Amino acid sequence: MLTPAIQFVYLTRIADSALILSQRLSELCGKGPALEEDMALANTALDLLGQARMWLSYAGEIEATGRDEDALAYLRSDREFHNFLLAEQPNSNYAEVLMRQFYFDVWHNLALARLENSTDPRIAEIAAKSRKEAVYHLRRSSDLIVRLGDGTLDSHARMQAAADSLWSFTGEFFTADFVDSAMAVCGAGFDPALLQDNWLRFVSQVFERATLRLPPGTWMLKGGKQGVHTEHLSYLLAEMQVLHREYPGAAW
Amino acid sequence: MNDWPLWEVFIRSQHGLAHRHVGSLHAPDAEMAMNNARDVYTRRNEGTSIWVVRSSEIVASCPSDKGALFDPASTKVYRHPTFYPMPEEVKHI
Repeated sequence: MLTPAIQFVYLTRIADSALILSQRLSELCGKGPALEEDMALANTALDLLGQARMWLSYAGEIEATGRDEDALAYLRSDREFHNFLLAEQPNSNYAEVLMRQFYFDVWHNLALARLENSTDPRIAEIAAKSRKEAVYHLRRSSDLIVRLGDGTLDSHARMQAAADSLWSFTGEFFTADFVDSAMAVCGAGFDPALLQDNWLRFVSQVFERATLRLPPGTWMLKGGKQGVHTEHLSYLLAEMQVLHREYPGAAW
Repeated sequence: MNDWPLWEVFIRSQHGLAHRHVGSLHAPDAEMAMNNARDVYTRRNEGTSIWVVRSSEIVASCPSDKGALFDPASTKVYRHPTFYPMPEEVKHI
C-alpha cells in the first residue's frame, strides 16, 4: 500500500545518496591532484547537489508538512538520512574516491534508467534530467578505473585495494525492503534486485580492462537505506549543517 | 600534472559558426583531453562541439617575422570589401 510516508522515504533515499556523495566530493574542492581533475570532481559534486535538490523538494511536497529542500538537507539528524553507506565513506585516498564514484555511478545509471519509466511523472522527469549527468559521470569514472587499474604496479595495487575495501558496501544497492516493494508494485519505483546482474556485468567488464580482480567477498553491510549509518555520517553532517543550524535562514 | 602534455581547446558555441580558441589544459592523451575540456571549458553552457589539439602540433608564426608578414597589409585599404554595396541577403561577412 503506497502512502505518502513510504513515498517520502523512497525519495529521500535517492536524494540523500546524491547529497551525501556530493558533500564528500566537495571536501576535495581545491585539493584535486591536477587542476582539470579538481574541476571534474567539483562538477560532479554540483551535478549531484542539483539532483538532490530536485528529489528533496519533491519529498518535501509529498510530506506536506512545510519542510523544503533546505529544511530536509540541513535539519535532519543522521538517523533520518537514508543514503547508501557507500556514499558517506570518507575520502581515505584517491583510489577510494574514484572507486566509490564508479560503484555508485554504475548503480546510478541503472537506477535512473528504471525511474525514467516511473508511473509517477515527477519521478520520471527528475530521473530523465539526472541521467544525462550520470552518463557522463560513469564515462569519466570508468575511464579512470581502467587507466589506474591498468597503470603502474603502484596504481594497480591501490585500485585493487580500493575495490576490495569498498566491495561490502555494494550489496545495499540490491536489497529491497517494504518501501522498495511498495514503490515497485505500483510502478513508481523498481525492484532493486533487478539491477544486480547488469551492475555486476558492467563492473566486471571495466575491471577486466583495468586488469582488476572482482572482489570475492559475499558478506555485505546494510542499514543506510533504513537510517542506520557508519560513524562517518555524523561528522559529515556536523560540517555540512553547522552554518544553517548556527544561523537559521542564512542567505548570501 | 607536470608531465602531461599541453592541449589547446577550441569550442564552437551555441550560435557560433566556427570553433574558437578558448584556452589550454594538460592531459595524458586525447580521450582525457576531451573529458577535461568538457569539464573545464563547457561548464556554463558554452559549447556544442569541442576540438582538442596537441599544442606541440601547432605551427606558429615567429614574433620576429611580424614586420615582414603583417605590416605590408596595413596600407592596402583597397583589399577591404568596404567599397562595394552589400546585398541584404548576404550573411556572415
